[in-house]
Amino acid sequence: MNALLMGLRQLRRDWRAGELTVLALALTLAVACVSSVNFFTDRIHLALESQANDLLGGDLVLASSNPVPAAFKTRATQLGVHLAETVEFPSMVLAGERTQLAALKAVSEAYPLRGHARIAHALFAPDEPIAGGPPPGKVWVHGRLLSELGIEVGATVTVGAATLQVDAVLASEPDQSEGMLFNLAPRLMMNLADLPATGLVQPASRVRYRLLMAGEAAAIQSFRQEWQPRLQPGEQLVDVKDARPQVRTALDRGEKFLGLAALVSVLLAGAAVALAARRFVSRHLDNCAVMRCLGAEQRFINRLYLSQMLWLGLLASMLGVLLGYLAQGGLVIVLGPLAGVELPPPGARPVLWGMLTGMITLIGFALPPILQLAGVPTLRVLRRDMGRVRPNTVLAYGTALGAMLILVILQARDITLAAIVFFGLLLIVLLLGLLSLLLLRLLRSLKTRADDTWRFGLMNIGRRPAQSVIQMVGFGIGLMALLLLAVVRSDLLDEWEGRLPADAPNRFLINIQPDQLPAVRQFFAGEGIAAPKFFPMVRARLIAINGKAVNEESFANQHARQMVSREFNLSWASELQADNQIISGRWWNENDHGRAWLSVEQGLAKDLGLAMGDTLTYSAGGQEFSAGIVSLRSVEWDSFKPNFFVLAPPGLLEEFPASYITAFYLPSERYTVLNDLIQQFPNITVLDVAAILDQVRRIIERVTLAVEYVFIFTVLAGLMVMYAAIYATLDERIREAAILRTLGARRGQLLGSLVVEYVGLGFLSGLAAAISAGVVGVVVAQRVFELTYVPGPTLWLGGMLLGAVGVGLAGTLGTRFVVDQPPLRTLRGD
Amino acid sequence: MNQVVLAASQLDKRVRSAEGELTLLAGINLAIQSGETVAIVGTSGAGKSTLLGLLAGLDTPSGGQVWVDGEDLFALDEDGRARLRAAKVGFVFQAFQLLPNLTALENVMLPLELAGRRDAAAQATQVLDRVGLGKRLQHYPKQLSGGEQQRVAIARAFATQPKLLFADEPTGNLDNKTGAKIIDLLFELNAERGTTLVLVTHDAQLAGRCHRRLELEEGRLRSEA
Repeated sequence: MNALLMGLRQLRRDWRAGELTVLALALTLAVACVSSVNFFTDRIHLALESQANDLLGGDLVLASSNPVPAAFKTRATQLGVHLAETVEFPSMVLAGERTQLAALKAVSEAYPLRGHARIAHALFAPDEPIAGGPPPGKVWVHGRLLSELGIEVGATVTVGAATLQVDAVLASEPDQSEGMLFNLAPRLMMNLADLPATGLVQPASRVRYRLLMAGEAAAIQSFRQEWQPRLQPGEQLVDVKDARPQVRTALDRGEKFLGLAALVSVLLAGAAVALAARRFVSRHLDNCAVMRCLGAEQRFINRLYLSQMLWLGLLASMLGVLLGYLAQGGLVIVLGPLAGVELPPPGARPVLWGMLTGMITLIGFALPPILQLAGVPTLRVLRRDMGRVRPNTVLAYGTALGAMLILVILQARDITLAAIVFFGLLLIVLLLGLLSLLLLRLLRSLKTRADDTWRFGLMNIGRRPAQSVIQMVGFGIGLMALLLLAVVRSDLLDEWEGRLPADAPNRFLINIQPDQLPAVRQFFAGEGIAAPKFFPMVRARLIAINGKAVNEESFANQHARQMVSREFNLSWASELQADNQIISGRWWNENDHGRAWLSVEQGLAKDLGLAMGDTLTYSAGGQEFSAGIVSLRSVEWDSFKPNFFVLAPPGLLEEFPASYITAFYLPSERYTVLNDLIQQFPNITVLDVAAILDQVRRIIERVTLAVEYVFIFTVLAGLMVMYAAIYATLDERIREAAILRTLGARRGQLLGSLVVEYVGLGFLSGLAAAISAGVVGVVVAQRVFELTYVPGPTLWLGGMLLGAVGVGLAGTLGTRFVVDQPPLRTLRGD
Repeated sequence: MNQVVLAASQLDKRVRSAEGELTLLAGINLAIQSGETVAIVGTSGAGKSTLLGLLAGLDTPSGGQVWVDGEDLFALDEDGRARLRAAKVGFVFQAFQLLPNLTALENVMLPLELAGRRDAAAQATQVLDRVGLGKRLQHYPKQLSGGEQQRVAIARAFATQPKLLFADEPTGNLDNKTGAKIIDLLFELNAERGTTLVLVTHDAQLAGRCHRRLELEEGRLRSEA
């Protein structure tokens, strides 16, 4: 008979008889979980990406020191990519008698392609988004330019040969670069059509040209691939990954969290599938022996089970994909309004991905043991003790490992994360296995002291060590997932959100003169604002490394060129800030006062090719000084606190002209405070980072919500593993309970010993799970999310309590009917 | 009629154990004619089930040969023996060995399906009707009494019209009254269909109804009665 058809028939019969429930459920859940995560992450990812592209003004940007070649624009237009142009350069701006250096930016009609500029109609007034850029003849200027020039909105300014009217205060622009925050020159944005009239752009001018591009992801991608190799020196293609470290960090973390959730869910479901397959095999041994006795060839039995499993995989995966789709639909209903943007519809890829995941999970975790069924000795029909199939352990574990690896590679977008999860899970299973064995040993030495029911239940754990270890590993994996989610995850997310507390600094003051410090402090006190910390800042240019002169031409790296071509902000500090961490070398102490030492941020060191011990020579205010690098630091740039690439110990830089910088939180409704501040200290410059801060915070919030939702599936998968672990030994328990009852065990005794056994198993696996979860939490926090995590007592207590109560309850409820079963029925083998 | 359907020559079975080699069966010679009913009797551990397993090709001997319907059983490989069983052999077991996940009808259909018969359902229904379970086709084994389960097993054994039927303690799990009914059914069907019946039993009454008794003692065939 056709094995494919027979497989379908056997699937139907087994399903009806309830033989496949756990297996099918675990598989469906695995696929539902992955699909919902994939459907959802794809959509959220697209939305996040397009929102992040708002920060770039487009999907891709060509930055160049020369006008963008016409061929480039033509090709982009051919591919259906929309274009906008900006031209940036510094220039003096005049208003009446006063002049000020401004960072000019001329923008074309189509600007910006993504996102909005935000403008206000008066200095420090609340701002609002606006489509497009300034119309011809008008300019939008940064608030600082107005204060410096002593004018208000509506006044006219002279830019080169052109006279233009100030139309609004520019609060933020979608494509503002990082550097702009600390650029000393305030922004003036004008229409590109007015640029020729200014006569400012001459062949030798220091002009930065940017071509913003936006369009279909595929078109942008192919355009990027096509042009990347053809870029000329001085040209650079930038996408959102290259721009804005704060946003990039937030996006990366979000992706990693989601990727981790999806991965862990699949692997958990894999474990559930493996456990369910184990039970399926033990229940089908007799069937196989009978079929062989009735004349079925080994090859036929193999084909039969293979086809049954393929059908199961296909149907369960399809159902899983459907459920996954519905689940992500529910999510969109909940999160849609929060997202603020229409989520793009999901594509077909998650469907294929889900089906693939289902088949791989089934083949990897269930098929090898099931295919060994065909090897059952036929003699088992006469002698039941025969035909315990010797599982081919190498094959079974090998395939499961292979499947795990494929799933990890399919699902993880990040190699580090994939490696950590893969090897981490292997280690955890080993660790759980070892811990379980160890705890079993301990248990055996303890068990003699307890009363009957207790002793019996505890003895049960020790009496079948192999099954107990398998169950404990199963419970342990499930509990660990729950603990990771319940405790570690919320700690990690809190830690991440804690990076940007509600009162994170949203205003920077720069250019505070040393003699103004007492008065500024007094001003803060008078306004009832807690005095912030003031950081000294010395502007200096890097002129030599290890005695060898350097300039812009010495470096190929774009960032290095920028850093060398302008002045660095150096600072000194006696203590290391909390958002800084020494990577190598050491921080200084009081005895090092005045030493010619420097601490350099690791990213800068990499870009400039600096190493520990290198000597840097700076020129500041006409004076030169040299100092050696004694430490490299990492800096959390997303903390929104003032930070410096290069720090010196106190006593080295004090003789150079310095100004001070500070950052503080000002509630938006109190913006008039800034007017008073500027009036009292006209030289001080106020930088407003509230808009950027809000953007990053919105992304964090959204990602956190998404992660919370996705983790629901991981929790379900964890529960599924535990469910499968309970069912894995059900048949043996039923048989055993029947024997015990015929031997005179009372119902209460049996039930009591079941409770004790499961509570004991749960307690032990909870302990093992807490240890594993703690280790995983620390490693994942450090390696993947660059956050610090210290496992607290909640984890240990939670683990043991969750294990004892959860497993105790679930196990007892799941097997309770065992004690109600009439013993004869069981023993007769019905 | 007087054709040999089952024969064994110098059949040995030895196993290795902790105390050295253990002889389960030694020098078994027998020949069973078509249509005969033969009981294999003996005390526990005499080797009855071992002999049955070898005669049916469920196990392999340490030495000697077995012919089923003229075919040398152990010249075939495992799958060859399975094919031979599918074509010519039926079984009834002490523990019934019904598949718990299949209904009575499906259990009886199974060997027919394995043989690729298209009329499996009709055939199986007919045989179940014959054993008096025509109204319980859709019941699962656990919904049937022990006697009913053994009837299903008998129906399954006869469904493919085998030449040879092996029964291993067919009444061992049943009370006397039910056991007697099962034996009646077994012999009725045997007579109706001309099947050769080889059964292992403790039950003297059952053994007495057979044409011949083969008595095993410590792995050797003692006498033919």
